[in-house]
Amino acid sequence: MYAARWCYLFMLPSMFLAAMFTFWPIVASWYFSLLDFSGFSSARPFVGLANYAELIQDGFFWHSLGHSFLFMAITVPIRLSLALLVAIVLNDRVLRLSPVFRTFFFLPVVTTTAVVGILMTFLFSPFNGPINKALLGLHVIAQPVDFLGDPDHALFTVMGVQVWKSFGFSMIYWLAALQAIPSELYEAARVDGASRWQQFRAITMPLLLPFAIVIFLITAVNTLRVFDLVQTMTGGGPFFASEVVETYIYRTAFSVQAGIPREGYASAVGVFFGLTVMCIALVQGWALRKANEVRRDLTMRGAA
Amino acid sequence: MTAHATTLTTLPALLRTRGQLLRGSQLRATITSLILTPICFLWIYPFLWVVSASVKTNAQIFSGPGLIPSELHLENFSRAWTQAHIGQYFLNTTIIAVSATAIVVVTTGMMGYALGRYDFPGKKPILAVFVATIFLPEGYTIIPIFDLIDRLHLNNNLLGVILAESGGAHVIYILLFAGFFSQLPTELEESAIMDGATFPRVFGQIMLPLAMPVVVTTIILEFERSWNSFFLPLVLTLSRPNLRTLGVGMFAFQGEFFTDISGMAAAATVTLVPIVAVFLLLQRYFVEGIAGAVKQ
Repeated sequence: MYAARWCYLFMLPSMFLAAMFTFWPIVASWYFSLLDFSGFSSARPFVGLANYAELIQDGFFWHSLGHSFLFMAITVPIRLSLALLVAIVLNDRVLRLSPVFRTFFFLPVVTTTAVVGILMTFLFSPFNGPINKALLGLHVIAQPVDFLGDPDHALFTVMGVQVWKSFGFSMIYWLAALQAIPSELYEAARVDGASRWQQFRAITMPLLLPFAIVIFLITAVNTLRVFDLVQTMTGGGPFFASEVVETYIYRTAFSVQAGIPREGYASAVGVFFGLTVMCIALVQGWALRKANEVRRDLTMRGAA
Repeated sequence: MTAHATTLTTLPALLRTRGQLLRGSQLRATITSLILTPICFLWIYPFLWVVSASVKTNAQIFSGPGLIPSELHLENFSRAWTQAHIGQYFLNTTIIAVSATAIVVVTTGMMGYALGRYDFPGKKPILAVFVATIFLPEGYTIIPIFDLIDRLHLNNNLLGVILAESGGAHVIYILLFAGFFSQLPTELEESAIMDGATFPRVFGQIMLPLAMPVVVTTIILEFERSWNSFFLPLVLTLSRPNLRTLGVGMFAFQGEFFTDISGMAAAATVTLVPIVAVFLLLQRYFVEGIAGAVKQ
């Protein structure tokens, strides 16, 4: 019991900070979402579920939620499959330069996302920006493309940058998973004369599956939270063409450009979105447990 | 005799095929390297472009795609540093990142030690509640955090941002510490306790020094995270321009100094160089930390 008391004491600092800035906000958001709460007045009348009633009919909100899910549905498969391809190529013992390439591919991950977003507005500029110049020079396009100013392109341009920016994360995840596969399996397959494709189908794919589920869901839920890149590259524009839920919450609660900041209504959006993400996280928890069961079965069969 | 003959004939053949295999895979590696080298160059081209633009004039930047400047215009940096307050923002970002990292390493190390090393009532629910927060969207918690910092009157100094950055229930680090401490043999503290060492002394003098690899990994991952953080400092410094971080400051100029691309490029270079340098020097820990997180 002596040790237990010390344990609680040791957890106290973390729990105190988390209570203030993680757990209290989770609860407070529920309460704020029931108030007519704006940044400009100290009166916060209780309005019940009025904010939620408004939310259900708010076209801008559904529009931004649709964009968040579209962002996830398009970038996650592209990013994960490309990252797996590169990870397999780099996971080759003969490839001496592999660590150097890995460093290059990982580099964008460590950089400040907001600054990268601003930098991209210069690179994608339709007025002599280097990307337009290169594409014109290669005759891929006949006239400059307004990647961020055209409502048809803006969201997809941000998606492309996001795939590039976070690619390294997925690559490291895949490399960690690939290295967990014992190399004896490949040696045995080679002795039996299996081609590289056969080795991939029969060894890599099934053993990667449990990891793949975890990686897929971590990436999917993280992608739903995209904010920094969208805010700095387009601010959700033009004409809300690239608005995602996180920028919508920011604009509603804190931006004076959109009119009076409405923290109460933005809290309702946050709670609704938080619950949506939590549901997906619960699915993830369930899939994780299933995946671990499969992995345990495989290792038990391997041991027997 | 026959056995002898086969050995004699197959050995050179075997050697030859092995050699071909080796040569074949080396050829494959060479071709792969030749394909990947230009891809890697294009991959980091945006960063090369911004460093190059930071020493050019605004007119030179858009004159061509070449990266090597004809002359160095270092006045872009002094202009960004003073006129655009990048110096102030650099200081703010450093103070926030260093303080938040120090707080997070100490608090998650202690919590990870308690969770990884001991059994006590309530351990499982506490862990479960922390793990459940991993995927919380920032937009969900940002309004109450803003409100709380305001009520505590922490909105006119950096302490508010530091505390809010430190209070993010950093589950990954806690799990990394807990995983490490749970693997250490129990004899380690038994003898120390026999000698009369108290619980905090065992932690501080025996356990924590052993956990140095995890401490370093946590320092690097948290420094990188808090240096690059954007949503939280953006909201918490909305009415206090002097408290802005580098990312928030640059976002603010995007409107103000829209035509001064070379000044913006200098500011971006100042923001990106420290974190890229930390990464290049200590990349082993980045990779191990992230790979460790997925295995947890």
